[in-house]
Amino acid sequence: MTQLSHYLDQLLFVAVPYVALVLFFLGTIYRYRAESFSYSSLSSQFLENKQHFWGMVPFHYGILTVLAGHAVAFLVPRSILAWNARPLRLYILEITALAFGAMTLVGLLAILARRRSSSKLLRVTSKADWVLYALLLFQLASGVYVAVSYPWGSSWFAATASPYLWSLAKLSPEVSWVAALPWVVKLHMLNAWLLIGFFPFTRLVHILVVPNPYLWRKRQVVRWNRDPRTARLIER
Amino acid sequence: MDVRSQVSMVFHLDKCIGCHTCSIACKNVWTDRQGTEYMWWNNVETKPGTGFPTAWEDQEKYQGGWELKKGELKLKSTGPAKVMANIFHNPHQPSMDDYYEPWTYDYETLFDAPEGDDQPVARPVSRVTGEYMEVEAGPNWDDDLGGSEIYAANDPNLDALTEEQRQQLSAVERLVMFYFPRICNHCLNPSCVASCPSGALYKRGEDGIVLIDQKRCRAWRSCIAACPYKKTYYNWQTGKSEKCILCYPRLETGQAPACFHSCVGRIRYLGVLLYDAERIEEVAKLPDDEIVEGQRSMILDPRDPEVVAAAKANGIPDDVIESACKSPVYRFVKEWKIALPPHLEFRTLPMLFYVPPMSPVMAGKDGDSVYHLTDNNLFHDIDQSRVPISYLAKLLGAGNEGLVRYALRKQKAVRLYRRALTVGDVDDASAARALREADCTVEEAEAIYRLTTLCTFDDRFVIPPMHREEAIQMIEEPHGHRQSVGFGFTAGPKRGL
Ligand code: HEM
Ligand code: SF4
Ligand code: SF4
Repeated sequence: MTQLSHYLDQLLFVAVPYVALVLFFLGTIYRYRAESFSYSSLSSQFLENKQHFWGMVPFHYGILTVLAGHAVAFLVPRSILAWNARPLRLYILEITALAFGAMTLVGLLAILARRRSSSKLLRVTSKADWVLYALLLFQLASGVYVAVSYPWGSSWFAATASPYLWSLAKLSPEVSWVAALPWVVKLHMLNAWLLIGFFPFTRLVHILVVPNPYLWRKRQVVRWNRDPRTARLIER
Repeated sequence: MDVRSQVSMVFHLDKCIGCHTCSIACKNVWTDRQGTEYMWWNNVETKPGTGFPTAWEDQEKYQGGWELKKGELKLKSTGPAKVMANIFHNPHQPSMDDYYEPWTYDYETLFDAPEGDDQPVARPVSRVTGEYMEVEAGPNWDDDLGGSEIYAANDPNLDALTEEQRQQLSAVERLVMFYFPRICNHCLNPSCVASCPSGALYKRGEDGIVLIDQKRCRAWRSCIAACPYKKTYYNWQTGKSEKCILCYPRLETGQAPACFHSCVGRIRYLGVLLYDAERIEEVAKLPDDEIVEGQRSMILDPRDPEVVAAAKANGIPDDVIESACKSPVYRFVKEWKIALPPHLEFRTLPMLFYVPPMSPVMAGKDGDSVYHLTDNNLFHDIDQSRVPISYLAKLLGAGNEGLVRYALRKQKAVRLYRRALTVGDVDDASAARALREADCTVEEAEAIYRLTTLCTFDDRFVIPPMHREEAIQMIEEPHGHRQSVGFGFTAGPKRGL
């Protein structure tokens, strides 16, 4: 039995992650190079503009904050542990994180309600979209559930998930860091890998092309034929 | 002086018959694909009217164009500070309701319907959902003043009128309208380009055509809100924005754009203007009462040796400079000053100019009989035109009535001059006086007359050599492009997952 669960852990938390990461990198790079036309946020605000705000805004502000939290806990776990050393700060962090998580979930539910309520939107909803919604919904619901039922996640993430992720990154996977975690947490992690693996085949690729140059480029853009560097952009 | 060349346009509103041939030509060539059905890169509006999309000129609603804030030019709708905050939901984005839901009819039922008591009808079917729908609006819903009480009454340009003038506009015996065809103005200070978070929009250096790089557009849709003329459109199917491309593949092969070529009224003119790009920002910041003349002063005389030298220094080929010398647009805009840019107060510096339309003089009603309010004071008429000067000035002169009056007077004088020659019921002396008072010589009057009425295809469209072959030479092996059209990628516009 322990043997079996050991192998299962190896499969789900070593094999699946690596497959997902390979898919993610190869998929997004290949798609960017071969089908850059398909990189788009596929906005549907044009088709439905009344409920749009209530889904998109809470969802995006929420998910970006939550993801940023995960990233910090992964990259610099010690900073989180140090912050959490005082209970008051721990409470503040936990409550904020939970609030943003809940906001994201509510946003996603609003997005789903909106999708289903308009026949115009259904017309532009692909199968990949539905799979993505299912994965995201599970990810957010399980995340909020974990936050509520296993408190102080900000601390134990730093002591379990972070070293586990680092071990993956260093190519010497160490499943024992996460082996003893409750099954909902494990499902949350597994689903995250699925999301990453599925990423290149969904609209999520829009995250990779967020418009940073706008902040420092000149307001007007002119392309010349005579300058071979910019001319290349035109012909492609 | 930073001399650049710009393919520019003039639309002579007095000649437009509102036939929409231009719109259909464009639609058949470019926007008959799914997701573009609702787009009209070229559309023809009835003025007074709310246009397409509904009330596009109302920037309180749409937040298009630029505004001057503490001496700085700022986009009304976005900017570095706002771009990320508003990217998930653009507060100024128009939706399909502001345009219309495209539809077709289920024509098959006309053939397939089982025999019955009633005549079968073809019901409207949405081109978005494929379901039956109620048609509530179309791209040209207020054509020829249809439903004016509801539509034309909301025309933002009517704000320039007094209450009395407004009343007069709708009195039956004074009713008036004219047509206003619109395409992208290929502006010198395009707000669409300046708003794009991805930098997907750009102006072509050599000819000034404004395009959207389809591979870089990510559907952040800032340009839709930022263009005050609403001439970028969102393709809901591919998730990419699209706009008028001034038929650049046609221009590059020496053909007039489809809407120009097909224009029944022959109202359209196209040619190169040389301008001083150094002055773009300065001119775009001028106050409303100076901006029209400011833009005119940016346009340079292609015969001036200094300009020619600077143009050559900037790499503008000789044949393009030559073409600029023959440009009909230069004559209308700069020499004769009878073509004016639309809504320059949006500060994008549009490069499509309109010759304002003449309209019948005001009529009055005396009991049952209608009479015309003319004395023989010829110039008085211009101010008594049924379309109030203030209306035209709001539309075409950034509010400067003087400029519109000048353009109309000159046109009127040319008519009198020709009438004296051909009909003879106007005596030469008063025709000559009319010309003098309109700041017009006989030669000029003759030239205006010829270019307005006797113009051939080649008079109207002086297409500069585009030198695209040089672009290909720069980046590819020319032989590799032999016998190919060379317009870049040709994969179908497939929607991303
Ligand atoms: C800074 C980063 C991001 C930007 C700028 C961004 C922007 C956008 C935009 C413009 C849309 C289209 C909204 C519309 O319909 O008008 C969109 C949709 C969407 N985004 Fe993002 N996004 C970002 C990050 C994310 C992240 C991190 C996720 C999830 C992991 C995400 C998931 C989605 C989903 C699922 C939709 C589709 C919603 C729907 O229409 O049903 N986005 N995003
Ligand atoms: S009219 Fe001007 S601002 Fe609008 S799309 Fe054309 S170039 Fe851009
Ligand atoms: S084809 Fe010419 S005359 Fe006809 S509506 Fe268009 S611009 Fe006017």
